[in-house]
Amino acid sequence: MGEPLLEARDLVKTYGSVEALRGASFTAYAGEVVALIGDNGAGKSTLVKCLSGVEQPDSGSVLLDGEPVRLDSPTAARALGVETVYQDLAVAPDLDPAANLFLGRELRKPGPLGWFGVLDDKEMRRRAAESFRDLGVSLQSVDVPIGALSGGQRQSVAVARSVVWASRLVFMDEPTAALGVVQRERVLDVVRRVRDQGMAVVLISHNMPEVLAVSDRVEVLRLGRRVARFTTARTTVEELVGAMTGALSQEGA
Amino acid sequence: MTSLARRLASANTLWIGLVLLGLIAVFGALRPDAVLTVFTLQTTLVETSVLLVLSVGMTYVIITSGIDLSVGSVLVFSGVTSAMTMNALNGGDATGAGWGTVLVGLAVALLSGAAWGLLNGLLVARAGIPPLIVTLGSFGAALGAGQLLSDGSNVSGVPDVLGEGLGTGTWFGVPNLVLLAAAVTAVGALVLGTTRFGRHTYAIGSNEEAARRAGIGVTGHLVRVYLLAGVLAGLAGFMALAYFRVASVTGHDTDNLNAIAGVVLGGTSLFGGVGSVVGTVLGVFIPAVLRKGFVIVGVNVYWQPIAVALVLVAAVWFDQSRRKARNQR
Repeated sequence: MGEPLLEARDLVKTYGSVEALRGASFTAYAGEVVALIGDNGAGKSTLVKCLSGVEQPDSGSVLLDGEPVRLDSPTAARALGVETVYQDLAVAPDLDPAANLFLGRELRKPGPLGWFGVLDDKEMRRRAAESFRDLGVSLQSVDVPIGALSGGQRQSVAVARSVVWASRLVFMDEPTAALGVVQRERVLDVVRRVRDQGMAVVLISHNMPEVLAVSDRVEVLRLGRRVARFTTARTTVEELVGAMTGALSQEGA
Repeated sequence: MTSLARRLASANTLWIGLVLLGLIAVFGALRPDAVLTVFTLQTTLVETSVLLVLSVGMTYVIITSGIDLSVGSVLVFSGVTSAMTMNALNGGDATGAGWGTVLVGLAVALLSGAAWGLLNGLLVARAGIPPLIVTLGSFGAALGAGQLLSDGSNVSGVPDVLGEGLGTGTWFGVPNLVLLAAAVTAVGALVLGTTRFGRHTYAIGSNEEAARRAGIGVTGHLVRVYLLAGVLAGLAGFMALAYFRVASVTGHDTDNLNAIAGVVLGGTSLFGGVGSVVGTVLGVFIPAVLRKGFVIVGVNVYWQPIAVALVLVAAVWFDQSRRKARNQR
């Protein structure tokens, strides 16, 4: 499978007396969807926060392309091509989809107007429409505040935003949790499309059928440690649940 | 549709504009001889200029879902420091002083406002204290500081050139005070509506966490927004100084509430994320037109605050039900 794109080794993170991560490791390769699963409190969210720069681990190392990196902030992670789709929708509901897509990376008009910070809304809207079309996100209008869209469309915009800017890896924390059947399929289609472009997708999910349907590999966390790794094509729901609950464990995972 | 036209049509702005036009039409129909005159127009505009400048800064603050109760006190403080500096530069009475003194006075007023705005911003954004509490504190402190400096009395000795130039002067029939307020408002509207600074202001008010995750420097931006409100309050203090030719330490207790009322009437949401300077202009003129209209038509002027209150509560109610309807999806 070659060199891992992202590797975490022995991460420890404590919040007061709570040990969220107790030497957790994690690996992701380019061009794959790897599912990160575990019971509530297994440390999935904390691990993702440490790997996307939101939190800093107390000890352990993070390697990108085999090189140790420091992820001090989400901005630092983004500069390395790592984006995150958060579980709770991280969109500004009063702004339109294009403004949300370009939030924090707004395009300025060329020339003197741009020096004053004047935005090129037309160009942003054009590019946003293009990106939405490429990713198969259908919106009836790119002109309305995102809060007026349905939950699925909002989530599609949030996913699209991370995907458009990511160049290496995308974390998706429960991206389909609040969605209906059709919308869920659409988001999963986007996930596959992103993988096919050669990026790594880390999918955090509770939904086992979804994990089996879309992922190439599965890594299991339990009590702040990686306890098992599976190739999706050769595993079953029973095996995954067994690893999550502690009924099954692998040596050296 | 351009983004400005779109915002105008989607927000409450259009309705508020119609309400304002309706008011003018009603008063105009009742007393066409007195209402629709150049003099009435001029005085209404002049009397509203200072409040308008305060309200432009307030619009930014409220769009970030904050509030600034201190603007009226900062106005007083800035007027006092500005007038006292100008007097000090001219042996205690600046009445006969020239433009050099006036420019120093302007700089002092702006810096005084900036200092209070910076303090508000740092306490809100860095220390994380709710803006209501922070600015309630500076509301009291700035007024107290101004009164301490002036020994509790008004400061006179304002240069005649300032009073005659900015205060009561006109340019092709338009009062200079109005021109200045219009320029500030136009710049404020353009920055909010078309620039990255404006976009980030909306984003922070709409979802602060999302803005932070998108890599926007939320803390620094909030400090700059409160700083802007402070500087504009300082400028308003200087304008009041020019108009009244005295730095008054009283009579500005409710400037903050008038500014907030104007902003909210103009369709800016107290929940943040929504609003416009254009709306604020309309919102500021509704109470002004009501007051003027009541005086001219002969209605007891004490009805004005009651009428404003009704419109204000209706506007907020409308905003809330609109949000509820949207969030139910």
